[in-house]
Amino acid sequence: MPPGAPAVFPSILSSMVVIRGDSVTAPQRLLWLLKPTLFLACLAPLALLAWDAWSANLGANPITAIIARNGRWALRFLLITLAITPARRLSGWTWLIRYRRMLGLFAFTYACLHAASYLVLDQFFAWRMILEDVTKRPYITIGATAFTLLVPLAVTSTKKMIRRLGKRWLQLHRLIYVIGFLGVLHFLLLVKSDISSPAKYGAILLLLLGIRAWTWWGRAMMEWATGALAAARRGLLLRRRAGVAK
Amino acid sequence: MLIKVRKPSEVRSSEITDEKLFWDRRRFLRGAALAAAAASATPLLLGSAAARADASAPTGGKLEPLAKSPYSTSEKLNAYKDITTYNNFYEFGTDKGDPASHAGSLKARPWTIKVSGECEKPGVYDLDDLIKPNALEERIYRLRCVEAWSMVIPWVGFPLKEVVKRFGPTSKAKYIAFETLLDAAQMPGQRPSLFGSVLEWPYREGLRLDEATHPLTILSVGLYGKVLPNQNGAPIRLVVPWKYGFKSIKSIVAMRFIEQPPPTSWNMQAPQEYGFYSNVNPNVDHPRWSQKRERRLGEFLKRPTLMFNGYGDEVAKLYSGMDLTKNY
Ligand code: HEM
Repeated sequence: MPPGAPAVFPSILSSMVVIRGDSVTAPQRLLWLLKPTLFLACLAPLALLAWDAWSANLGANPITAIIARNGRWALRFLLITLAITPARRLSGWTWLIRYRRMLGLFAFTYACLHAASYLVLDQFFAWRMILEDVTKRPYITIGATAFTLLVPLAVTSTKKMIRRLGKRWLQLHRLIYVIGFLGVLHFLLLVKSDISSPAKYGAILLLLLGIRAWTWWGRAMMEWATGALAAARRGLLLRRRAGVAK
Repeated sequence: MLIKVRKPSEVRSSEITDEKLFWDRRRFLRGAALAAAAASATPLLLGSAAARADASAPTGGKLEPLAKSPYSTSEKLNAYKDITTYNNFYEFGTDKGDPASHAGSLKARPWTIKVSGECEKPGVYDLDDLIKPNALEERIYRLRCVEAWSMVIPWVGFPLKEVVKRFGPTSKAKYIAFETLLDAAQMPGQRPSLFGSVLEWPYREGLRLDEATHPLTILSVGLYGKVLPNQNGAPIRLVVPWKYGFKSIKSIVAMRFIEQPPPTSWNMQAPQEYGFYSNVNPNVDHPRWSQKRERRLGEFLKRPTLMFNGYGDEVAKLYSGMDLTKNY
């Protein structure tokens, strides 16, 4: 439990705790429970896809349906991952950060399933066609770029790597912004004329990045203001000492 | 992979389908034919009956009797369910399942078609009056979508040529322009979204007159021996099997005979992606899809796409001397 978590623990959960009459350790226990629950929830789209495939419920063109569903979930998990930091800031629920890595890895998992379903189900290893797609069709080029960029992030997601890379880890993982942008662009370029769906994903991405920009900007302003205030106070002190002001 | 294309001269097998409804209809037809045989009404079996059918029956109503056509393919049919639930018909939404979900709001009767332009008999025609003089045929055609998938569909219809003849195009008529119904109340997909309209409505298509009067070109009023479901373009649609699917305009309300090539919807939307001709051509890729191969729905491996969707023997001569990479 990160320090400070119980203080800002959501009231619904803490009221549950009270009902169970286990006031000290219960939040922690619930948080432990949350992780496997979330893990299973993240697998639900895959389970549903498997079920629909098994029960022939994917329509007349199941292969395209599989590619599309996995692609959308890759992008959704990417956006959910990107939402953790702003959500944490806005709500004060610092413990949210514990699930970010898992969510990011699920984005990667669905991207892998998406790319694999293209490779195996759609193309069935027709390498020449795949090469043609990657080099000639911008939406595939961009999708493949996004996927490639996801790989180093997944590889360096372990605690050990975070420690080893230090400050550079943070810099490397800023790639997620680029990947989110490429993912939306990939989607935008592949639709025929109805851009409403990719536009929604794009709007959410912009919102999430906007909140960041806002907080960064806010923080910078705060820093500037505190700096200015401190400087002013220092100035005042100096003047006082010099006997200019009373 | 070679796809056997039957020449018009060949007799087509009657044992072609695995679809239950279709068998039912076949059984019914055979029964009817046997009964009629006593009265020596065998032309039905021989496929030469000039049967007049009532296509004004509600959706799902049976269309019979049907004449068979030498232009039909013997390839395995796609299931009725797949043909009627996987549609591109943006007037009802852009997802493949949208037309099946939303096309219930289309009122397919009464229906009129406005005929205008360079012809001797312009006017507003009641659909049933247009259909009635024609013998309904079953035409089993490959349908190749520009999105690189394909189906085999048993259409019911009659040659467009018959209708064109009736209107008497003048010597100035070089093209026919077609229009789909424009009515956002019946076609919810025509309402603009936050991002504007997905296409400029009404949907427009066009053919050169020689394409329109080619024997392969039909107006369809049914499939699988039944009245055309709304999502497939009820009550009447074009079927041009050697062109990408979007050329086969649905729910037609207007035909105009003109001298110049008409504007067509997808060409207006993205001229560099969709040409006026839009003949199926494995050698000319769409910017986003390779057209070399296609997925026949129901099959796992893609198959090679055939020039003119396999109808080259019949239609290649229409384009002799034309550069099809430029006239895509
Ligand atoms: C090797 C990398 C990739 C390849 C080859 C690839 C290929 C494809 C293909 C073929 C489609 C379907 C196009 C169609 O419906 O005609 C698609 C759709 C899509 N892809 Fe990818 N993609 C890749 C990476 C990604 C990544 C990394 C993301 C997300 C971050 C992504 C998100 C999507 C989305 C959202 C769709 C739209 C699904 C829909 O139509 O509902 N793709 N991709």
